[in-house]
Amino acid sequence: MKILLDAFSPSWVERCALLVLIALLLGALAAPLISPQNPYDLAQLSLSDGRLPPGSAASAGQGVQRYWLGSDDQGRDMLSAILYGLRISLLVGLSSTLLALAFGLSLGLMAGYFGGRLDSLIMRLADIQLSFPAILIALILLAVLGQGVGKIVTALFAVQWAYYARTTRSAALVERRKDYIEAARLLGLSTPRILFRHLLPNCLPPLIVVAALQVAAAISLEATLSFLGIGLPITEPSLGLLIANGFQYLLAGNYWISFFPGIALVLLIVAINLVADRLRDIINPRLQKQ
Amino acid sequence: MLVFLLRRLLQSGVVLLVMSLLVFVGIYAIGNPVDILISPEADQAEIARTIAAFGLDQPLWTQYLIYLQQAVRGNFGNSFVHGTPALALIVQRLPATLELACVALILAVSLGIPLGLWAGLRPASKSGRAIMGLSILGFSLPTFWVGLMLIMLFSVQLGWLPSNGRGATTELLGVPVSFLSWDGFKHLLMPAANLALFKISLVIRLTRAGTQEALLQDYVRFARAKGLRSARVVFVHVLKNILIPIVTVIGLEFGSLIAFAVVTESIFAWPGMGKLLIESINLLDRPVVVAYLLTVVALFVVINLVVDILYSLLDPRIRLSDQAD
Repeated sequence: MKILLDAFSPSWVERCALLVLIALLLGALAAPLISPQNPYDLAQLSLSDGRLPPGSAASAGQGVQRYWLGSDDQGRDMLSAILYGLRISLLVGLSSTLLALAFGLSLGLMAGYFGGRLDSLIMRLADIQLSFPAILIALILLAVLGQGVGKIVTALFAVQWAYYARTTRSAALVERRKDYIEAARLLGLSTPRILFRHLLPNCLPPLIVVAALQVAAAISLEATLSFLGIGLPITEPSLGLLIANGFQYLLAGNYWISFFPGIALVLLIVAINLVADRLRDIINPRLQKQ
Repeated sequence: MLVFLLRRLLQSGVVLLVMSLLVFVGIYAIGNPVDILISPEADQAEIARTIAAFGLDQPLWTQYLIYLQQAVRGNFGNSFVHGTPALALIVQRLPATLELACVALILAVSLGIPLGLWAGLRPASKSGRAIMGLSILGFSLPTFWVGLMLIMLFSVQLGWLPSNGRGATTELLGVPVSFLSWDGFKHLLMPAANLALFKISLVIRLTRAGTQEALLQDYVRFARAKGLRSARVVFVHVLKNILIPIVTVIGLEFGSLIAFAVVTESIFAWPGMGKLLIESINLLDRPVVVAYLLTVVALFVVINLVVDILYSLLDPRIRLSDQAD
């Protein structure tokens, strides 16, 4: 912890971002333990507490004393809903990124190591994929596949893999000419072993930064799609869905139902971006800011 | 050049085919095409007639060929909800989306270039750093959230701007547009600003980076040494040379503006084709969804091609080749 903070010491903005990110991650992990109520246990909700402004006292027997961030139309404590929503947003963002990372990385390694036709095929596919904006590809896939957690993870996966394939390939192109790869080859090691035990570790640093930035992009895209009503189903309320749910009350002046989940989302995305930016400097000291 | 053009045309054709296949397999083959193509209110005779008409008793590849033939003629079937041809619905909504995207683009250029120039000329100053900070925010904040905040501030709290719809439209060359009337302009302002935000940040970054690079070049030093006024150096010598990459990126980004308009149109209830798409997905109006997707993909392929060609015309140093490294 101390080392982490020291690495982030040059700027207080980045230090704050790291602390915010850790707080959000802990909050999401511990949501069932720390949130005042289980927002999806209907027995704990009371419709008479619907749309109360932030700080209102709850009616008796709710398990909550006070709705610090207000309550939504079904009398759900917004703080609890946000903590549970963070879990889903993070789960979708992280799992799609990890899947895309594993896939794109393997393709990129192969493209960079073998070269030739395989290389141009993979890179042409990535080029075509990257010439369309992410949201358009996600819209096409979701229009075809329909709603669901698995489906949105698939869509986010499809949007991301090309970035990793490209980044890995360019690193692999440089690395494969180096002596240690030649040595490994002369030792008669198997190709998968060379690819994943020798080449991969040396291609990782730039990938970590790209992946960290992509987690934020994936969470943002998921929230956008869920807000549009074509991402996650209503049974898996991510932050985007919470914001969509509050949107209809925004014009009536009940701002908090949309506002606070939005703040949580923005804090999460900005914090990840800032931390990833700092990671880039740590990993690559040559780019150190003056 | 000719070889390049032919290759790119071929490649574009392949992309379109792959996309159409993807949409075809997804929409027509995964679900039961009878449920998808025929509205639930149809009676037995009509179902039988449609199955024969669409050739659903044929093998899959024949069906795909029929679908391609129809799509090339612009026939995507009738909308279940509106009962009119799907493509006509899209075309009818196109002007609203294009107007929004164009105004957003104009905003991006007219705000982004001056701010980027300023930040590039004084990178260490407070204002320069503030501009860069804002552009980082513009990059990382989700568009829809910014839209919500705009509505909260300008519609709910201050009551200055309307939060939905297009307002009064006037005819310009037979196309309804909003920006000519005061009411329509007020409706246009917020969605356009929302859509433009990301692009403003992008243009700021590009301009700033270009400016900083250009300032170190010999021709700028020479212009300075000649004693030219600094305004002339900045606006003629620097600006002219950084415009090429900016123009390219803006051209490429126009397509993504149309894609992102889906989000902005949904928030501000702007009656464009993006909003139509979301409504159609929610209402399972599949002919419209297919028509939208293929129209936009086709639009994209064309934009990418045109930008590639323009690029070579703008900058003779860039030789067209099919290897994009």
